[in-house]
Amino acid sequence: MPSIHSLRLIVGVAAIAAATLAGSAFAQTTLENASAKYRQDLADGNPADLWVARGQEMWKEPRGPRKVSFESCDLGLGPGVVKGAYAQLPRWFADAGRVMDLETRLVWCMVNQQGYTHADATKQTFGNGSRHRSDLEALTAYVAKQSDGVKMNVSLADPHVREMYDVGKKAFFYRAGTHDFACATCHAADDLRIRLQYLPNLTEPAGAQKAYTTWPAYRVAQGETRTFQWRLHDCFRQQRFPDLIYGSDLSIALTTYLAASANGAVYAGPGIKL
Amino acid sequence: MTTRFPAVRLLGAAAAVAAAAGILYGCASAPSASEEAALTARTIAIMKASFRPKGQAGLDRLDQDETQRLCSQYAGGKLPESIVKKIEQENLAAVKYPADGKLVGDWKEGEKIAELGRGKQFSDDPAKPNGANCYACHQLSPKEEAYGTIGPSLYRFGRKHGYTEETRRYAWAKVYDAEAFSACTNMPRFGQHDILTEQQIRDVVALLVDPASPVNQ
Ligand code: HEC
Ligand code: HEC
Repeated sequence: MPSIHSLRLIVGVAAIAAATLAGSAFAQTTLENASAKYRQDLADGNPADLWVARGQEMWKEPRGPRKVSFESCDLGLGPGVVKGAYAQLPRWFADAGRVMDLETRLVWCMVNQQGYTHADATKQTFGNGSRHRSDLEALTAYVAKQSDGVKMNVSLADPHVREMYDVGKKAFFYRAGTHDFACATCHAADDLRIRLQYLPNLTEPAGAQKAYTTWPAYRVAQGETRTFQWRLHDCFRQQRFPDLIYGSDLSIALTTYLAASANGAVYAGPGIKL
Repeated sequence: MTTRFPAVRLLGAAAAVAAAAGILYGCASAPSASEEAALTARTIAIMKASFRPKGQAGLDRLDQDETQRLCSQYAGGKLPESIVKKIEQENLAAVKYPADGKLVGDWKEGEKIAELGRGKQFSDDPAKPNGANCYACHQLSPKEEAYGTIGPSLYRFGRKHGYTEETRRYAWAKVYDAEAFSACTNMPRFGQHDILTEQQIRDVVALLVDPASPVNQ
């Protein structure tokens, strides 16, 4: 878990020394205070805004072999409608015959409307420095931003969505691999840490709400704006599982479980995270 | 020596979610056993179609052994006493002690292993030795401030349990296969799953039980 080093830098020597003296409950508070302050410091200028701006331009421009803009892409509220779209995803899309999260839907529009091959559309799902920025991260940040202030309202009325929710919850507790880990190993109890990294309890509404409504997020340690697909992918890496396929049904099932668990909370992304 | 409370906590949380989901989405009755089995089968099918192999992490990482299967199956409810016994007995029987009987190595090496997070991730180089990252979950030597809290503090483990052969054998077995003492624990089985070599386990055991180890100061 490499981000421990950056974390240490930010929290600072004094906080760590104090935390050690006073034990883990205090360490938790100190760490949270430090990161809260850090977020506050950056509040006026979240670097994720650069991704949002890039995504906004891409949204409007004619793209792909067919020179079609995303304004014909239906995220569930009608073609081109982005306001509030992120807060109601994942949902069932009859045209695709699948439950989709935002990122999967963007890829679908790139392939089915703009004429990209699937391979081209998913060539750079996650950015890797300034020479390899990800269009999908920018587009996701832009669309998500248009739900800032909107209440999460993922509907489970559709049986396909309900099934994905159930599968996601089941998968959350599925232990396997060399380390016997499940998502639940790290995210099913309150007030735990790995090293100094705070672990949200995602099985409780409060934990799921706080976590889900702040993704996508600018990751200070990486200098990139990351999406929820990235978050799942990297947690599975730490879980010692293989490579989660972008837009796979498992990624959508877990996203459905956690997004619906966040229902009722106000979406407030893109966030900033250490 | 059995510490079951983290598992209990986990099950409690899961039950709370189930209850909350029931209230929110109006499930009148609990799913039947056959509905549960169908959902499990569907979940596994979706999981298998959702990964590709990468680095050292092949798709076989998704296959469960009996312990993993049972712990997943009962994650939403209470672990029956008979299942607890079955898991602990089977894992205890799987513990291999070193042929030469030497259980304790060098705590200085053990400290490095306890610090090192590398190992078994698709991003890790399999040619390099694995770490155990005990500090991810445990306090050990008080000098290391960046410790996690998923497991209990092991500070003064040797002092507390006594510097006896019984303690050394327990420490060996616990690191080799944690499920032998607390079914469905969150602690990995370092020997059973070839995360650590025999010599590495000796060194980690030394960190826990050597009177000269910083853990016991
Ligand atoms: C071995 C430990 C471990 C496992 C297993 C694990 N995670 Fe995580 N997870 C972490 C850590 C550590 C963080 C926070 C650190 C960071 O930001 O990188 C985190 C962060 C998260 C977050 C973001 C929380 C926030 O407030 O930003 C989500 C959501 C999440 N994990 C979901 C999952 C899911 C779903 C799974 C299973 C597929 C999973 N995790 C498995 C360790 C784990
Ligand atoms: C992912 C979390 C995790 C990691 C990594 C981990 N443990 Fe644990 N450990 C636990 C939990 C949870 C418990 C309490 C439940 C139990 O007894 O299994 C525990 C319990 C123990 C105990 C029993 C304590 C007692 O007083 O009986 C010992 C000894 C121990 N761990 C040693 C280690 C060592 C040594 C390592 C590294 C080689 C390690 N653990 C790595 C989670 C972890």
